[in-house]
Amino acid sequence: MPDLRGLYQEVILDHSKKPRNYRVLEGADHQAEGYNPLCGDRVTLYVRLENDRISDVSFQGCGCAISTSSASLLTETLKGKTISEADALFDKFHALVTGQRNGNLEEDSSMGKLAVFSGVAEFPVRVKCATLAWHTLRSALKGEERTVTTE
Amino acid sequence: MGITSHHITETAGRNSALKFDVDRIRKDFPALDQTVHGKPLVYLDNAATSQKPLAVIEAEERFYRRDCSNIHRGVHELSERATKAYEDARVTAQRFLNARDSSEVIFVRGATEAINLVASSFGRKNVGPGDEILITAMEHHSNIVPWQILCEEKGAKLLAAPINDHGELLFDEYVKLLGPRTRLVSVVHVSNVLGTINPVQEIIQAAHRRNIPVLLDGAQAAPHVKVDVRELDCEFYTFSGHKLYGPTGVGVLYGKAEMLGAMPPYQGGGDMISSVTFEKTLYNSLPYKFEAGTSNIAGGIGLGAAINYVNRIGIENIAAYEDELLTYATESLSNISGLRIIGTAEKKAGAISFVMEGIHPHDAGTILDQEGIAVRTGHHCAQPLMERFKIPATTRASLAFYNTKREIDALAAGIQKVKELLG
Repeated sequence: MPDLRGLYQEVILDHSKKPRNYRVLEGADHQAEGYNPLCGDRVTLYVRLENDRISDVSFQGCGCAISTSSASLLTETLKGKTISEADALFDKFHALVTGQRNGNLEEDSSMGKLAVFSGVAEFPVRVKCATLAWHTLRSALKGEERTVTTE
Repeated sequence: MGITSHHITETAGRNSALKFDVDRIRKDFPALDQTVHGKPLVYLDNAATSQKPLAVIEAEERFYRRDCSNIHRGVHELSERATKAYEDARVTAQRFLNARDSSEVIFVRGATEAINLVASSFGRKNVGPGDEILITAMEHHSNIVPWQILCEEKGAKLLAAPINDHGELLFDEYVKLLGPRTRLVSVVHVSNVLGTINPVQEIIQAAHRRNIPVLLDGAQAAPHVKVDVRELDCEFYTFSGHKLYGPTGVGVLYGKAEMLGAMPPYQGGGDMISSVTFEKTLYNSLPYKFEAGTSNIAGGIGLGAAINYVNRIGIENIAAYEDELLTYATESLSNISGLRIIGTAEKKAGAISFVMEGIHPHDAGTILDQEGIAVRTGHHCAQPLMERFKIPATTRASLAFYNTKREIDALAAGIQKVKELLG
């Protein structure tokens, strides 16, 4: 039986109630909007790049605990990372929440706090909630204009 | 003495709630008897689709096991059996709606296709630039988008009559919006989100005073309230089979014969013609003019079985029992702090939508599912309505006559668990 406490870990609840970097980013040079029509979650991501490094990232929007905390932890994790580091992290994150993770999580310190999303893998319908902000980030960095949707 | 006891029996007989044996009824629905995540299933997603009684499952099975054949043109025994069963189902649907004639009953895929049929056929013929279609602020997307497509094509306007904070139509505002350019009023009978029962009789009468035809979207009404299209005097009425304990992929469009007769076909193909040459095609009579191609035969037969099942219980008994259950659920949920019911109309049926302070419906839905409770979360295909209430989504529990007060108690306990985990 899937574990609800495993899904709604303290870190996730904390970030969903008190999302970090929840603001419009002044001087953002990349921005994208994400939408999950399944549950109506909306997120706007703002990114400022210096060369190919994310010097600042923020978000706004409304959504469930999983999508809000995912966006919040994304902003915390990616500040200071390069685009290729962010890309690699998304791949790992995606593998984590879809249950395709190989190897030991504890040994992979690069995931940091993102590891709290491992419980999502037991709730397949919630994968889209966890990845919405990440898809939106990818779109922002590519400079795509259209709204990203999870459908 | 004899007279007195007779009287008592009669009174008890009339009081539906007293004689409604829900435990026995539940045995007719095999899907209800299962556990989900180790808990007894509490199925409260009936507005999305209802469970099917054995009578329906067996009717479909009987068709596929014994009578499987195409209808209408076969000369052989199986085709005759299939045709009879399908046409019997049409008569069953006709009587269910109290339509004048079975030719006024068109089998379609569901309420959505029925509305698309009217938009496409009636709309293309009768709606032009500057004309108006009038709906309400509480419509399902299926009673918005077909009209938008039509209006865009024709340069017509789609107007929506507003509602109040209880989720009730502002009737005077509706009447004001009826104008010389209004070509059709298309209104939901019972709201899928709010549960509001619209004052459809008055809506129709007001439209008819201006000679405007009316379509009622009865997808959420037919399972819960008595529908009499002759008493209502609406031009069109639609419902979906699968919300009425029937199979998916089948539903009904009722239309007054004079309306349907004057409308061009919706789709072309087999069965909808009386003769075809390369120069000219003569269309078939009603209802076949609107039933191109091989129909959902098994579905139609299954729908007939579903209506017969509902008739055996009695729609008035169903309505009375469900009303009692809805009142119980409303009281029970109202007692939960931080929970707000969306849709507090005086007259309601079927659905109870709510939001919880600081808790997103999607999270509530996941936790309730772990308790074996099936509810729906999201915008329920009514995004303009969500906007009206300034909420992104709701959690919706929707009732059927096989639900029980015990299940409402389980829902209330599940919501407490949601609050413990996320509050």
